[in-house]
Amino acid sequence: MTTTSTSSTENLPFPGLRSGVELVPTNDQPQTSKEYTSDQEVRWCPGCGDYAVLKAVQGFLPELGLRRENIVFVSGIGCSSRFPYYLDTYGMHSIHGRAPSIATGIATAREDLSVWVVTGDGDALSIGGNHLIHALRRNVNMTILLFNNRIYGLTKGQYSPTSEAGKITKSTPMGSLDHPFNPVSLALGAEGSFVARTIDSDRKHLTSVLSAAAAHRGTSIVEIYQNCPIFNDGAFDAIKNNDTKADAIIPLVHGEPIRFGVGGGKGLVRDSETGGVKIVEVGAEPGQVGEDQVLVHDAHNPDPTMAFAISRLTDSGYLNQSPIGIFRQVERPTYDDGARAQIASSREAAPGTPSERLANLIGGGDTWTVV
Amino acid sequence: MSKQVKQLDRVIIRFAGDSGDGMQLTGDRFTQESAVFGNDLVTLPNFPAEIRAPQGTLPGVSSFQVHFADHDILTAGDAPDVLVAMNPAALKANLGDLPKGAAIIVDTHDFTGRNLTKAGYDANPLDGLGDAGSPLGEFSVHPVDLTGMTVEAVKEFGLSRKDAARAKNMFALGLLSWMYGRPIESTISFLQKRFAKVADIRDANITAFKAGWNFGETTETFVVQYEIKPAPMSAGTYRNITGNLALSYGLVAAGVQSGLPVFLGSYPITPASDILHELSKHKAFGVTTLQAEDEIAGVGAAIGASFAGSLGVTTTSGPGIALKSEAIGLAVMTELPLLVIDVQRGGPSTGLPTKTEQADLLQAMFGRNGEAPVPIVAPQSPGDCFDAAIEAARIAITYRTPVMLLSDGYLANGSEPWRIPEIDDLPVIDPKFATERNQTVTAKDGSDVEEYWPYLRDEETLARPWAIPGTPGLEHRIGGLEKGDGHGNISYDPANHDLMVRTRQAKVDRIAESLPPLVVDDPSGEAKVLVIGWGSTYGPIGAGCRRVRKAGYQVAQVHLRHLNPFPKDLGEILKRYDKVLCPEMNLGQLSLLLRGKYLVDAIGYNQVNGMPIKAASLAEAIGGLVAEAEGITVDLTSSPIAEEASK
Repeated sequence: MTTTSTSSTENLPFPGLRSGVELVPTNDQPQTSKEYTSDQEVRWCPGCGDYAVLKAVQGFLPELGLRRENIVFVSGIGCSSRFPYYLDTYGMHSIHGRAPSIATGIATAREDLSVWVVTGDGDALSIGGNHLIHALRRNVNMTILLFNNRIYGLTKGQYSPTSEAGKITKSTPMGSLDHPFNPVSLALGAEGSFVARTIDSDRKHLTSVLSAAAAHRGTSIVEIYQNCPIFNDGAFDAIKNNDTKADAIIPLVHGEPIRFGVGGGKGLVRDSETGGVKIVEVGAEPGQVGEDQVLVHDAHNPDPTMAFAISRLTDSGYLNQSPIGIFRQVERPTYDDGARAQIASSREAAPGTPSERLANLIGGGDTWTVV
Repeated sequence: MSKQVKQLDRVIIRFAGDSGDGMQLTGDRFTQESAVFGNDLVTLPNFPAEIRAPQGTLPGVSSFQVHFADHDILTAGDAPDVLVAMNPAALKANLGDLPKGAAIIVDTHDFTGRNLTKAGYDANPLDGLGDAGSPLGEFSVHPVDLTGMTVEAVKEFGLSRKDAARAKNMFALGLLSWMYGRPIESTISFLQKRFAKVADIRDANITAFKAGWNFGETTETFVVQYEIKPAPMSAGTYRNITGNLALSYGLVAAGVQSGLPVFLGSYPITPASDILHELSKHKAFGVTTLQAEDEIAGVGAAIGASFAGSLGVTTTSGPGIALKSEAIGLAVMTELPLLVIDVQRGGPSTGLPTKTEQADLLQAMFGRNGEAPVPIVAPQSPGDCFDAAIEAARIAITYRTPVMLLSDGYLANGSEPWRIPEIDDLPVIDPKFATERNQTVTAKDGSDVEEYWPYLRDEETLARPWAIPGTPGLEHRIGGLEKGDGHGNISYDPANHDLMVRTRQAKVDRIAESLPPLVVDDPSGEAKVLVIGWGSTYGPIGAGCRRVRKAGYQVAQVHLRHLNPFPKDLGEILKRYDKVLCPEMNLGQLSLLLRGKYLVDAIGYNQVNGMPIKAASLAEAIGGLVAEAEGITVDLTSSPIAEEASK
């Protein structure tokens, strides 16, 4: 039987806002992560961050309470894109960069499906950059997991569009010359309605962000920092290492002041000189800024300017500092709901059976009869 | 004043003017009037790729040719009997196509020094008409100030001179409608609807149209009115239809007949965009149209929709196919239904966007990496696009495969009378979604377990089951990596790959089992020469063969709707003839396939000038081959010439 979920809307920030899974049938039986595990052997390299994300997703999907047959994972090409094979849902491992376009077709054709895209920094930001920005612009109801390891893994170690400039790789022996993309800035620039960043090794944070992303109606994009132990090991050490992460991670929690560093000694304030934000010492001492000046994170601000300013605090070189959390979560009409609404209203206005209407259609215009 | 009425069996008129002069609309209205009157007809619109090419220049000339007759005709005609030229450039650009004695109606208004120079005339060709040495001496020229009379006729509506002059195409249409006794009611009601929101423009156009008619009736410039009787047609209700419209209707019909929602993912491209425009109007049929960010996203979304249980369709022209190739390969590998519609245009690269060509056959056949067979279907006339679309959908859904439908610019924009089919006569297509697990396997504990295997095959069609998301128990993953036979899991096994490559090919070959025998048109049964074609060359080939037969010689014709796989009886048919001629608007693509598959010496007749093949020249080539095959002398002029002889 199919029923429509209502429980998944309860945790949403906006009363009355439709959930991303509102039209997806729910399961009244408890589910386990084992049910979501396919019989295929997982073949990532030992130590790959993808394992942690897979475990988190397999653990989190039962909590969504949806019918398993109504979940679809679509991927492109790359290490992370093998993801769908390991989940016992419907899935398609497609072609390089095109997963958002395929997912757009699935999500638009079927309101009763929970649609997920698994992609990487090369897949989504290089060859598939166009589809990514247009999915975000259209706000199709899907959740995009962008595994960012800042390197090309499957093709064995070339630099990626998120690699820091000057990176020495097989294809750039004298250092890469390209300036990297900041995926969060890019997504905000494309007017993404849900933009977040999390870390493969922080299962709790990862799960909470995925829950919010799934519940969001529209395109949710979650950048997941993911370590490649073979070709780019240690790329995220600064934000994973217990000694440094307090200063490296700028946690974003809606409604809370943005403070970080040991004892919350640092915070973000508006920078009147640049129009952006800057990091200050928080406290009552000379040279420090008072607590009341610290920015309170507002992910629901319709204006993405502040979210963008915060996203710029991400290091473009080696990652010593990065904001983590939900940058932006706003309500905006979705493409697929709109497309289905146009069809529904047209259908209501059209009398007769499909065959009768077809006869009227092809028999319209200026006709003449020969007897 | 009473006028002489002269009977004709057929007429070819070409309306030509600046690309802003409304010649396509004028031609289209004349066509509709002729269709309602009951003539058989074929049209050939011809326009530049630029939306408003420089005014008054040769590249800016837009024309619309209509051939209408009291009998069954097959082409838009080789050479116009009447040219309507709205400016010097239109006269100059089209003069070379006119036979001696053709009538020319010229709007003299624009024959100014500046416009003459723009068209490359040193002197006004209208000067000294009737004198020996006039450049138009071979023709019957009617200089008329169409613009001036239009402006005068509509002055009561207070339009600017520019707006008033714009109605000159309707004046010309009214004049020609009088000359050929066309019914005018449909054009008046068309103008009422088209300009319903701008009363003065509406009234000016209707007034100009009627003024043109009245001018014909009263002036002494035109002393003869012509009558072309309705053509005998089989019983039924008819409408005039272009290929793009018929193709769109075919897609809507395929959705109704299969019970599947149609999902079109498309990126605008000439000459295919009209299909996107048309389908976007039919949401009441559950048709979704996504104008994608690029060609690849268009086919990607269509593949996604097919995976989700829709009939995925993507429409484009040759350059778009090149971009979609990898995704079409994915549909081959995932064995999902998908319609890929290529409205071919002149290539390579951007080529000739508004001109026709058939040079994408080999791209459709082979334009993917790996062994990636894709069935190919081609319509032969504008109305036939309807049936071809349904046939392509039947193959795609039944065999779980992408299907390439090859239309072209000539079919897309050209039109013909189309007998509207009865819905009950349309084929019903059963998508046969998988609903149950289909394979029993032994679990580790020795018990039997039911599983869903997405790559098990139907014995008859070799098609795999199509299980759509939302079906409990049939969760599965597909993708571009090689599939293990049956279970569909990733497989790098060499023997499995060999098997799967052969199986995908065998599945496409198996489609031939579902095709009807070819119809060979060989009236005497004694022809030694066979002419074989595909797509829009059907008309010119048929007309060429008729010419040859009319002159007393034998020739057979067969036309292919299915290019991949070929019908089963094609090889045997080819062997029956001493000579095989293959006319194509390319450099010999079908002939290459025929030579490769059947070891037959298919002789090419190739023309790649962006225009349909002319029946007269083709008939000469056929005649030459008949002479060679039968050891006789062939002279097509020895019999009365009837380019479009009645059957």
